[in-house]
Amino acid sequence: MSTESLPILTSADFASDQDIRWCPGCGDYSILAQMKKVLPTLGIPREKTVFISGIGCSSRFPYYMNTYGMHSIHGRAPGFATGLKITNPDLSVWVITGDGDGLSIGGNHLMHAIRRNLDLNIILFNNRIYGLTKGQYSPTSPLGKITKSSPMGSIDNPLHPLSIAIGCEGAFVARSIDMNIKHLGQMLKRAAEHRGTSFVEVYQNCNVFNDGAYSWATSRETKADSTIVLEHGKPLIFGKDRNKGIRLNGMEPEVVELGKGVTEDDLLFHDEKSPEPSLAYLLSRMRHPEFPEPIGVFRAVDHPRYDDELNRQVETAREKQGQGDLNKLFHSGETWSVSS
Amino acid sequence: MSTTTEGTSGSAKQVFTIEGATVRLAGDSGDGMQLAGTQFTNTSALAGNDIATFPDYPAEIRAPRGTLAGVSGFQLHFSSDDIFTPGDKLNALVAMNPAALKTNLADLEPNGILIVNVDAFDKKGLSLAHYDENPLETDELDGYNLIKVNMTTLTREAVKDLGLNTRVADRCRNFFAMGLLYWLYGRSTDVTLRFIDAKFGAKPDVAEANRRTLLAGRNYGETTEALPSSYHIDAAKLTPGTYRNMTGNQALAWGVMAAAECSGKELFLGSYPITPASDILHELSKFKNFGVRTFQAEDEIAAVTSAIGASFGGAMAITTSSGPGIALKGEAMGLAMILELPLLIINIQRGGPSTGLPTKTEQSDLLQAMFGRNGECPIPIISASSPADCFDTAIEAWRIAVRFMTPVIILSDGYIANGAEPWRIPDVSDLPKIEITHPTGDDADTFHPYSRDEHLARPWAIPGTPGLMHRIGGLEKQDITGDVCYDPDNHQHMTDLRAKKVANIANDIPLQDVNGPEKGDLLVLGWGGTFGACTTAVERCRAEGLSVAHAHLRYLNPFPANLAELMGRYNKVLIPELNMGQLRFLIRATFLVDAAGLNKVKGKPFAVSEIADEIKRLLA
Repeated sequence: MSTESLPILTSADFASDQDIRWCPGCGDYSILAQMKKVLPTLGIPREKTVFISGIGCSSRFPYYMNTYGMHSIHGRAPGFATGLKITNPDLSVWVITGDGDGLSIGGNHLMHAIRRNLDLNIILFNNRIYGLTKGQYSPTSPLGKITKSSPMGSIDNPLHPLSIAIGCEGAFVARSIDMNIKHLGQMLKRAAEHRGTSFVEVYQNCNVFNDGAYSWATSRETKADSTIVLEHGKPLIFGKDRNKGIRLNGMEPEVVELGKGVTEDDLLFHDEKSPEPSLAYLLSRMRHPEFPEPIGVFRAVDHPRYDDELNRQVETAREKQGQGDLNKLFHSGETWSVSS
Repeated sequence: MSTTTEGTSGSAKQVFTIEGATVRLAGDSGDGMQLAGTQFTNTSALAGNDIATFPDYPAEIRAPRGTLAGVSGFQLHFSSDDIFTPGDKLNALVAMNPAALKTNLADLEPNGILIVNVDAFDKKGLSLAHYDENPLETDELDGYNLIKVNMTTLTREAVKDLGLNTRVADRCRNFFAMGLLYWLYGRSTDVTLRFIDAKFGAKPDVAEANRRTLLAGRNYGETTEALPSSYHIDAAKLTPGTYRNMTGNQALAWGVMAAAECSGKELFLGSYPITPASDILHELSKFKNFGVRTFQAEDEIAAVTSAIGASFGGAMAITTSSGPGIALKGEAMGLAMILELPLLIINIQRGGPSTGLPTKTEQSDLLQAMFGRNGECPIPIISASSPADCFDTAIEAWRIAVRFMTPVIILSDGYIANGAEPWRIPDVSDLPKIEITHPTGDDADTFHPYSRDEHLARPWAIPGTPGLMHRIGGLEKQDITGDVCYDPDNHQHMTDLRAKKVANIANDIPLQDVNGPEKGDLLVLGWGGTFGACTTAVERCRAEGLSVAHAHLRYLNPFPANLAELMGRYNKVLIPELNMGQLRFLIRATFLVDAAGLNKVKGKPFAVSEIADEIKRLLA
């Protein structure tokens, strides 16, 4: 055993030498800061860490990390990550995407990456707007949203990233908020530690084109009543005075006040390990302003991982057939000789 | 030359020795014509003949039974001489039903052998093939050597005590046809009997039925008076060595595996099923014990992007597709080019545009390969000229990709992908070694991902290597550092560098050779799958005293360094292509040479006579 211990890394070790070019005040800064804080705690060397992104504001992320990275093409980051992870299973591979990149042009790849469950960490920055192209509505923009390309209000029924991830039977699905830095750090860490595809949606403010999209979830006055923190095995309680909860009424969630005949035991208890994704899906459909929106880990279960399975097939084939021999292969089956 | 021999049944029949023959089996797409053709091919190859094949099947898996749309054919040319094409005209045609007769008869030579399954010429079969009258009963077939065989009846007869239902029994008909042809051309049934054991071993009754039908077909040939003689074809004088049959797609698959071994890499294939490229995916999926990892992606884009990801990670990465898929991969190919990562993009061309003619051959993606991306995006292109040549092409493409750190496009086509010919098996230790070095981080204080070596190639630093952490991407990069850079002069400089790197490949590839006189009246300049037809046509014309030579391009971007000088030695240049003039466009634009074209897009390869006639017309 080596007596050499791993060097202790800090947040600064993960910063690249590039100037950061996001707009001042962008929520992306906070996500970058939390990432740099979390990575040194994982015990993974920098050279074993790779960030792969698509196109968009969020996708500039890899340039700012002193790890390996690829800023690829629009929507396709999961594809690059898949090929990299299959051939290099010991790398820690992160995919950085946004609501346009991941759900619009790249919706297909996101869906398939999640259902294949390779050991990837996918972080989707959801600002509900196209920022880099200067302000068109995105697939997560709410109905009626007035933008440069929807002057009379958006008529595009929005997608909900977590509903999609859970619909694809994602094994690790979580949500956090750019301003809630402690929680965000926890979610990134849990995503990194989970084996399989970890999908994390981050509510992220675009202060230039969609400022305040999540003010209800971040302002001191409203956040306690409009968000609910999921904790495994605990009842769903929220509110400034922790006096409200979520109860199941048949198949429907409802907001109830504690006291007045309702106790904690009547509430829905969160079970992130449930093999059935139905409750996680139900939580993903709790939306502001009718419901407090859940943040935290919706689902964390262990599923077979595509990269493990493929590499296991390679090992099995080698055990059963021996390491391939081209000369043997070329001469297998029907051959004939021509002599001089 | 002819000799007489005793048949096993005791009947004396004449055996004529001939140089070779072109035979086509045609039937419904459910009739097993491709299987029969493949067996006939393997058998002929093992008999030592040179062979060339042309499988031709519809895009529909099972078009309505008995219809003209559902006809599937397999053409085989075998010979004791060197041959390069599946043949223009058929010496023999087997028609399993009226539709097959109708769609194939035009290709049969006058007095050619025409074997038909009479049982299929009933009212329904004739009507499905739009025959008002039964051609077997009119004078329509008078010009042919018509052999009427009750193939269905005889097949049922051969298997009757096996207790199979009629549907299963009728499926053996292709073995009857095979048996008959084996007798006609003096072929051994051994190869096919071994095949039956291997393929149907788990179903003994089906195996037995196929065995009996095959032998019944052969015995029928021996005894029927309709066939008074059979033929013998000597073994061809091929270069000494051990041979096997290879289709182009199998040769590409084995070629990339060999390239991986020659370069000390494990192979990654990202692919999405598409005709006629899917067989490469199928073939490579079998070889996990060679460390081959195949990934069937959700679409063409994920197929190429996963390959680029694997290349970034240091694997030998390839993606396989056909024209429509390549169109979808375009943006990612541009990324691979600006990232300067090695990657093979294999295009098995088919009829286009759009979905076009999925199962038919064409060479119409050359300009797509050349220009089909945004921005200034040169990618080296090399093409395979025959099924066996696909093997060497794959190795050469990978050599270029890693030496110059660039994606490389391989152009094959449906004709050579599905066609087969004998392949002389190389010794793996004789294959060219492909040197690859990856930088290590030990002595690097600052790593420059876009520094360059003498080939202008940048270092291939693999994630996981300490000290070499770097970021690459689709944005323009600063020379040497690779940092994002919008400087106008830098963009010009990097564009020039990337173009120069690809242009310099011309100094690293062989000069173009020529078959025929060093100078003369006409040069036939071909590329890709037209090799066989061009070679045969030019040799034929030269035998008639014409001053004509043939150069066949493997390297299409960049062109070989001597191409301009070579073309200048001939009064005329003719470029035959299965497109509307794409290489001609490039040759004219690049060299200002007034080349003539011979162009067709009919989903079929050139007949030798088409090219020969054009040569004669130009020299008349």
